[in-house]
Amino acid sequence: MLRPPPYATPIERALFYLGWLFTGLVLLFLIAPILAIVPLSFNAEPYFSYPMPGLSLQWYRDFFGNERWTGALLLSVKLAVTVTVFATILGTLAALGLSRTNLPFRSILLGILLLPMIVPVIIVAVADFMAFAHFNLIGTFLGLVLAHMALATPFVVITVTSTLTSFDWSLQKAAQSLGARPFFAFRRVILPLILPGIVSGAIFAFVTSFDEVVVALFLASAEQRTLPKQMFSGIREMISPTITAAATIQVLFSVCLLVGAELLRRRSERLRGLSHG
Amino acid sequence: MLRGFEAAHGLTLKRQFIAAERRAHLHALFLILPLLLFVLVTFAAPVVLLLTRAVYDPSIAGTLPRTVAALQDWDGRDVPPEKAFAALVEDFRTVSERNTQAFIGKRLNYEIPGARSKVIASVRKSQAIAAPPYKEQLIAADKMWGDRLIWAKIKQSGEPFTSYYLLRSLDLERDVDGKIGPVAASQAIYLAVLWRTFYISALVTLITLLLAYPVALMLAHAPPQTANILLIFILVPFWTSLLVRTTAWFVLLQDNGPINDALKFLQFTDEPLKLIFSRFGTLTAMVYIQLPFTLLPIYSVMKGISPSYMRAARSLGGGPLYSFFRIYLPLTMPGIGAGCLLTFILCLGYYITPALVGGAGDQMVSGIIALALNQENNWGKASALSTILLLATLSLFFVYNRLIGIDKVKLG
Repeated sequence: MLRPPPYATPIERALFYLGWLFTGLVLLFLIAPILAIVPLSFNAEPYFSYPMPGLSLQWYRDFFGNERWTGALLLSVKLAVTVTVFATILGTLAALGLSRTNLPFRSILLGILLLPMIVPVIIVAVADFMAFAHFNLIGTFLGLVLAHMALATPFVVITVTSTLTSFDWSLQKAAQSLGARPFFAFRRVILPLILPGIVSGAIFAFVTSFDEVVVALFLASAEQRTLPKQMFSGIREMISPTITAAATIQVLFSVCLLVGAELLRRRSERLRGLSHG
Repeated sequence: MLRGFEAAHGLTLKRQFIAAERRAHLHALFLILPLLLFVLVTFAAPVVLLLTRAVYDPSIAGTLPRTVAALQDWDGRDVPPEKAFAALVEDFRTVSERNTQAFIGKRLNYEIPGARSKVIASVRKSQAIAAPPYKEQLIAADKMWGDRLIWAKIKQSGEPFTSYYLLRSLDLERDVDGKIGPVAASQAIYLAVLWRTFYISALVTLITLLLAYPVALMLAHAPPQTANILLIFILVPFWTSLLVRTTAWFVLLQDNGPINDALKFLQFTDEPLKLIFSRFGTLTAMVYIQLPFTLLPIYSVMKGISPSYMRAARSLGGGPLYSFFRIYLPLTMPGIGAGCLLTFILCLGYYITPALVGGAGDQMVSGIIALALNQENNWGKASALSTILLLATLSLFFVYNRLIGIDKVKLG
């Protein structure tokens, strides 16, 4: 309701409009910092201030022309894709197992599998730093993949599990009673129906790895620069406006992912008959 | 005859059912196993290993074994007997051969500030000591050995299992007689950090709640199309990387950044305000990042509350405020609990944001853990602080799981 309810007293009316004013300010607070940083990335001068004296693409040129940044972008994408593939497979399998609600110790198992999401990431980073050193995994691609996977799988487990709670298992029984072998029934009946949940879990896994900085700071070697790590040192050491260009590119990227995840959510709700939107 | 047939088949059926059920459970466990093993190997085992470092430190027991053994029956009241000095000189010989004096110096320096250089010098000087009396010669090398303090500390830290690091994380230490007491005021820093972590987390949680509740209320009662469009304002920051959001605030809060520019333009101030590297900057950025986490659970609970409750309350004569506080607010409590608990738990572990926009006085436990490792290479301290942080997080997580259920975490 954008108008107050008809039974509202004058004071309630005033509160109602105040409420919308407050909402507007909070939403502005939420979106303004992201919107403010975008124009600054086109600033002709290396300052972080308005009004801008002129427009220029030099920070983007610096981003795409500098091996430090392009290398970081490439490594981050490579890392996130690898993590996504394996985390999605492991997470989906586990979620399928956990969908059996009368499984003994189910809640304990689920709790253990989701723990990496809750434990402060610095603890994961320090612990893996210590443990991985024994296996010479520090500064290796494999080390980063393993640590990021540990952080990313809980998101896959959560999204796929929540998709499966509303899944109608009689469909599987129907498929099998019609002669489908279990794997065939899974591939042709279950998988297509839960695919939106799996893909949105995969998006979460991708974002978790792509945005992760603390583990990368501890486990990566000096030459292994992921994009967040490069941004972190970019802020700490030499404040160059290139970070605004990097930030803008990442904002664009997250908006694309958000749109993708939202479309998937709608599709999955439609498939499950929850809405007709 | 017939009864026997039924009984036999009923039993088989039951047995078959149990067997099928067991097969299904095994099948399910088989699916969970790969991830479970993975999480145990790459997450649980390393964390447990890290926690043991908080209470297990064999460095003195390993490098000064004879001295530690000789101090076993020492009552600690006076300087130990000659045999302890003899053992130490012999241990120092091995130490010098293996070149581990820096190791011992570092460990004893935790206990007695300034001991490092004295220990290293003593190891070098003790090489010249060939014959007894060891006591006088060692005290001549450094008069520190004539004081029972260093011997008490060697005895205490000679135990491989030590409470030293955990005590120090709480600004406590054992004195020369082994009694636990507060450390000197100049060294007492960790309780302040722990308190600051809780304080900042609580404050951020409270501010996000105050900002989120009215917004969630307005959105939950707006027409769905409007609400969906306005939700974009919450979801875009939610999906933007934490580092990018921190970067945005890092830029905005600069001395000559947009906020100070605007304040100057509006003539609120002539001098730029100190926004970055301050408590204000830390709180602002943290509130900004956590706001969606608090807001979304409250919003989704509010969406599920039927409007007829409020109408009923009003039609039964309840005033607007009375109806709100007695009917609506209690109904939204599960959302408030979920949102606030989640935000509080996540705030406890903040590292990047205070590190980038906070000052030295705004660092939280995570930052101190990183510092202990990166700058001091003090694994014991890092592990002990990690243990405390982990215990706090896990107990809250336990509460969260009991009240809300971890699988109900709202992911946008």
